[in-house]
Amino acid sequence: MIKKKEKQKNTFEKIYEVIKTMASKPSGLIGLIILIFHVILAITSPLYVPYDYKAIDPTLMLTPPSSEFWFGTDSLGRDVFTRTILGGRTALTVTFFGSLIALLWGGSLGIFCGLVGGKIDDIVMRIIDAFLSIPWILAMLLIVSLLGTTTLVLIPALGFFYGKGIVRVARAATHDVIAKDFIVSARARGHSNMSIIWNEILPNVRDAIMVEGAMRWSWMLLGFSSLSFLGFGVSPPTPDWGLMISNARGLMSFAYWAVLAPIFGLSSLIIGINLTADAFAKALGIDRSTKAPV
Amino acid sequence: MKTIVQKINNLTIGFQSQKGEQISILKNISTSINQGETVGIVGESGSGKSTLALAMMGYVKHGLFTISGECMFHSNNLLEMKNKELENIRGRKIAMIPQNAGQSLTPNLKIGYQIDEALRLHTDLNQAERDGKISELLNKVRLPSPETMAQRYPHELSGGQQQRVAVAMALAGSPELLLLDEPTTGLDVTTQAHVLELLNLIAKDTGTSMVYVSHDLGAIAQVSDRVIVMYSGEIVLDGPVRSILKNPIHPYTYGLLKSIPKLSLPGLPNSMSGSQPQPGSIKKGCSFYERCEFADDDCKVNSPSLDFIEDLNTSVRCFKHNELLNLNKLDSHNVKSIENRILKNEILDLSNVSISYAKQKFLDQLLNKINDTNPTVKDINININKGETLALVGESGSGKSTILKSIAGLLKTKDGNIKFEKNKTLSNDLKQRDPSFLRAIQLIFQNPDESLNPNHTVEEIVSQPLRLYFGLKGKELKDKIIEVLDKVRLGEFYLTRYPRQLSGGEKQRVAVARAFAAKPDIILCDEVTSALDVSVQAAVLNLLQELKEDFGTTYIFVSHDLAVVRAISDRVAVLYQGRLCEIGPSNYVYKFPSHPYTEVLLGAVLEPNPDIKPKLVAEDIVEEKPPENGCSFQGRCPRILGDICKNEVPPWQTVENGNSIRCHIKIEDLKNQQITN
Ligand SMILES: Nc1ncnc2c1ncn2[C@@H]1O[C@H](COP(=O)(O)OP(=O)(O)OP(=O)(O)O)[C@@H](O)[C@H]1O
Ligand code: SF4
Ligand code: SF4
Ligand SMILES: [Mg+2]
Repeated sequence: MIKKKEKQKNTFEKIYEVIKTMASKPSGLIGLIILIFHVILAITSPLYVPYDYKAIDPTLMLTPPSSEFWFGTDSLGRDVFTRTILGGRTALTVTFFGSLIALLWGGSLGIFCGLVGGKIDDIVMRIIDAFLSIPWILAMLLIVSLLGTTTLVLIPALGFFYGKGIVRVARAATHDVIAKDFIVSARARGHSNMSIIWNEILPNVRDAIMVEGAMRWSWMLLGFSSLSFLGFGVSPPTPDWGLMISNARGLMSFAYWAVLAPIFGLSSLIIGINLTADAFAKALGIDRSTKAPV
Repeated sequence: MKTIVQKINNLTIGFQSQKGEQISILKNISTSINQGETVGIVGESGSGKSTLALAMMGYVKHGLFTISGECMFHSNNLLEMKNKELENIRGRKIAMIPQNAGQSLTPNLKIGYQIDEALRLHTDLNQAERDGKISELLNKVRLPSPETMAQRYPHELSGGQQQRVAVAMALAGSPELLLLDEPTTGLDVTTQAHVLELLNLIAKDTGTSMVYVSHDLGAIAQVSDRVIVMYSGEIVLDGPVRSILKNPIHPYTYGLLKSIPKLSLPGLPNSMSGSQPQPGSIKKGCSFYERCEFADDDCKVNSPSLDFIEDLNTSVRCFKHNELLNLNKLDSHNVKSIENRILKNEILDLSNVSISYAKQKFLDQLLNKINDTNPTVKDINININKGETLALVGESGSGKSTILKSIAGLLKTKDGNIKFEKNKTLSNDLKQRDPSFLRAIQLIFQNPDESLNPNHTVEEIVSQPLRLYFGLKGKELKDKIIEVLDKVRLGEFYLTRYPRQLSGGEKQRVAVARAFAAKPDIILCDEVTSALDVSVQAAVLNLLQELKEDFGTTYIFVSHDLAVVRAISDRVAVLYQGRLCEIGPSNYVYKFPSHPYTEVLLGAVLEPNPDIKPKLVAEDIVEEKPPENGCSFQGRCPRILGDICKNEVPPWQTVENGNSIRCHIKIEDLKNQQITN
């Protein structure tokens, strides 16, 4: 018999517990620190940027790093440090909300498919598979060229494309619990489908879906930056890592600073999200099968 | 002097807890296995019996390590041997048959090939010699026509035959010691009896020493020469099978034997309170102290040692073993007779119910009809009275769960109808059933691990029906939950526990509480005790009976265990291949004359008594589908009359005591035949 009394943990205590477990391993701790650093930077950077990010000064073109311009200046004479610490804001915002949308629609559709099964499930999964076979970047380019590159277009479009993987995970997790007797028991009691999803299924698939969502986030970030790199993400002069890399890459051989700073920003954020997602999965006891983008 | 094959000295195996403490799960085990001897190791789940069996072939599970002691196979300590050396022993000198070995044969390889592979690995025979050996092995495990059998794939064999193949593979290297871990658990009663008989024959033929690990004293009684009883990682009793099972001088074994329902005794067995302590929680005193009815203060502080009693040739770990020696005989123990107030009110009426799993064609789906001339369940007619316990028995696949699911509305019936309280027809479709009917019929499942949501606390689990059916909220809800939990003997502090923090018995109590919270009229119990340990099973059965007396609930109780059914039911319905064979009051179903299938089932029951041997009257074949015509049991019936059984559905015949049998043989003839042999 288990003698130890365990208090019922409320949600906050549970979250605290999970974060504590995540931080107990060096890789999780590093990931969390990087991620939190980026988030704080994105929120607060406008308060302390040293220069105006769009101030062009031809006389200062491609100045190497100095005490005045820590990361040097770019080909238009803009301060690279300023643009780098601002450059993650759009990417983080767009991909964060994009991931939420992906989680929502992917999670709901996946649970729905797992629950109803049969023909409907088959048909929906076929359609998803068909979508999966289109190179996403082509589809994105099509959407963006039709509807423009505003955040209001990018967020739902990215959310849609990155939700497909979540549908699969949510469906598989639902399939695993759906055959269990506690679901049969709830059915036999006469609970509505909505109540079964909410009370019986969701608590058992939530963890798997959230881990997948966290993974998708880092993929989406890479995707978004690729779009910017190709000139379909944010429009100049808004500072953005993808765009900055794209603009500065031709000058790499003699102005390495202009390209290294945004690369460092982007890759550290992706690594940070990845390490965090990994630790998150471990803390929840989930085997992560999806590979990280880096 | 007998040759000792294996000798275990002071073996302690444990793990490192998160706090860094060493926690032993096997404590100071010392015993030995003689050549040609079959030793049964019995204990409840978590008692360390499998860990001991694995150690006997030099294997310590990942996460565990040997704290002290040795495991000598002849003159080698297996626990100190290198992997290379162990490979030469495992499979050759010591072989193991794990649980479900039959089911884990490689599906896409022929039986002959799989045995050949075992031979290649574990012997030095050449191809021609191996071919001969394959036939010899298949013969040894009594499989018919070895040549054709070797050409088959595992799925073409029945469960019992698969298990025989597993035994054949284990015998490939002619081992000196054969370890069997729950080799018959999960098999049907008849199959189980056949496999045990085979093991006995092999022990006699080959002189192999066997170690038979099981939680089932009935099976242990049939095969063992000597029995070791384990509790909480310790050997508490070790001696000859008759001495252990007929005159157990340890309180745990005594209580265990008393809590097993027996065919010969009607009524519920006494239950043992409590459950086994968690590893590491007992710091001093006897580990059985909390549950022991013989305990005194001495037992709380001092740990008894394993003492050898010369007269009985038995070792026992108890201060009070002398008291138990003089105790009354086991078979005169008091069982609680059950008395149900059965009202003549009909509460459920199944008439002509047939259920089919056949896939509907598209057109039929549109017309909402099921075309299947040979449905899984057919022609079920049963009336159930209020307050009655009706048992459905039959082997796996006989349609017991299928019928329950239909009553609960989870499965559509093909024909016939189910009426509740005389005239209220229960809809085939769950969605169209009146909520009050849904409330009136509740289900309890076999495995509480599956039937309780792992992410819900006990409070949330029990609140589900209360909120759904009675709309309770807040304090009222909480009070009611506490009241219901109290009914199943669970205190208030269980409210915040998750299922993983409960023992098997406690989990099943929560499932019972959830069912009773709905204030149901009928509870459908699907094998509710078969996932539980024997000592816990009796407690759950007693609880169900008490609740029934309090609430006047009606039970439909599905089980494959005839002794359990005997203990709890008023009436028994015997099913074979989805067809009823016999139905009547339990006292009479268990007496002759019986339907030939009931006779087979009764013969295969394993009693925890080495002197009562099962009677094996029919082959342990498993049929895929019920026959299209005639009697459902024709394929296996030992008393089959001929064409009439194959062509005509047998009539119902009623014996004067109200027992009905469906067979072509006249009741009188049946009686004479069954009493003479
Ligand atoms: N979902 C299903 N689809 C098709 N056939 C099924 C399905 N479920 C059960 N069956 C078949 O119906 C028959 C009766 O099964 P059922 O589960 O009712 O048996 P049971 O008596 O409860 O057996 P057990 O003791 O193993 O639980 C079996 O032949 C089984 O293979
Ligand atoms: S030593 Fe005491 S507590 Fe332990 S089994 Fe014997 S009587 Fe019971
Ligand atoms: S009807 Fe025939 S086959 Fe069926 S049980 Fe009776 S004797 Fe056996
Ligand atoms: Mg069943």
